[in-house]
Amino acid sequence: MASSRNEMRFHIHSVGNIAQVTRALEAVSTSKARKATKLLKATRPYVERAWKVVLHLARQPDGASVHPLLEARRDPKQALAIVITSDRGLAGGYNMNVIRKVLKNFNDFPRPVSYVAVGKRGGEMLAHREKDLLAEYSKLIAPADLKQISSIGNLAIERFLDHSYDEVYLCYTEFIDRFVQRVVIRKLLPLEVVFGEKEIDSYNQTHPTRAIFAYEPEKNRVVDAIVPRYISLQVYAAVLSAEASEHTVRMLAMHSATKNAKELMNSLKMAYHKTRQKDITNEILDISSGAEMLQEGNPNR
Amino acid sequence: MTIHCEIVTQERIVFQGEADLVTLPGEAGEIGILPHHSPLLTVLKYGIIKVRLAEAEKVFTVFGGVAEIQPDQITILADAAESLNEIDAHETEEAKHRAERALKKKDRLTEDVEMEMWEALRRSNVRLEAVHRFRQSRD
Repeated sequence: MASSRNEMRFHIHSVGNIAQVTRALEAVSTSKARKATKLLKATRPYVERAWKVVLHLARQPDGASVHPLLEARRDPKQALAIVITSDRGLAGGYNMNVIRKVLKNFNDFPRPVSYVAVGKRGGEMLAHREKDLLAEYSKLIAPADLKQISSIGNLAIERFLDHSYDEVYLCYTEFIDRFVQRVVIRKLLPLEVVFGEKEIDSYNQTHPTRAIFAYEPEKNRVVDAIVPRYISLQVYAAVLSAEASEHTVRMLAMHSATKNAKELMNSLKMAYHKTRQKDITNEILDISSGAEMLQEGNPNR
Repeated sequence: MTIHCEIVTQERIVFQGEADLVTLPGEAGEIGILPHHSPLLTVLKYGIIKVRLAEAEKVFTVFGGVAEIQPDQITILADAAESLNEIDAHETEEAKHRAERALKKKDRLTEDVEMEMWEALRRSNVRLEAVHRFRQSRD
């Protein structure tokens, strides 16, 4: 009837509104994803080489004494995990995937684990599960700002150096390309160098020579200047990677939401037209049968 | 025998290629590096990097950073760097004058802005030095 058709029209209209919103979000995420990816790609060579320098320092024959950040600890007691998620949802399984992997990895960890949450969503999920949160960062400058992110890295470094924590892990979504993003958990401190073949841990492979470095100016100044900085830089790179992943995942999620909304709208429209046709047919039927009755009932004919 | 040289900043790879001789502005003075140099880690100050291959010499400006030297490679992690060809001499002169004018009225500037101006001035000076010493005929 007319009232049910009105209801249907209203329904179609609201689905249309949703499609508009998701389409807009998709467009926004597309441009953000493009920017974040570009920034990530531009920064990657520097980050990789900086990391190599740190590795080269760590595997010096006197590696342990080069810098306390490169020093493995016997009998570690406390671990810290930096967990990178987003402030906003509507990004498919992006945040959940990170948290799921983090919980899986750290729930039965041999040592107590504290967390630093970067991103509101992850912070909420960890707090909800009553995890020990050392710090939570949200509403960070976007795209990631090196100075701001370095302060997060510095916090971890300080707490490592004062022996509050003996290990630091970095958990984030690594952006491989538009179609592949994966959650990784990487040990940031203390640094463990992996010698040998590829693919054991691609981050920690190094140049084959083991020669001892000379330093200019003197060793401590050089090492103190670069080791903490380059380790913080890894946090920055992780945030960039996570941002690129976030926007890409949201873009895809919004794309399929828009597609679903359109499909739904089409089937609703179809149903609406069918009902309308039926109503019209019924009305015509009423009229014509009424007319017939009148004719039949007219004795003058 | 050449040495592989890379100049990388956070924004991009400025240079990547082979070299016979690379000259760097080390904190303690200029350092010349030939292939098979012993491993060295050095802090760089503001200055000029020269990369020579055969008879050709490429010139870059660098504004702080770190250089890691291995016998077969030099990795320069620059805080900022650019090739001589990318420097616009007129623009640099103007930037320099702007910074100098601003610094004359120092008391009006906030601390951040003042730092920024000093930075701009230092960079302009390095750029102009590079242009005057190494650029032929152009400009």
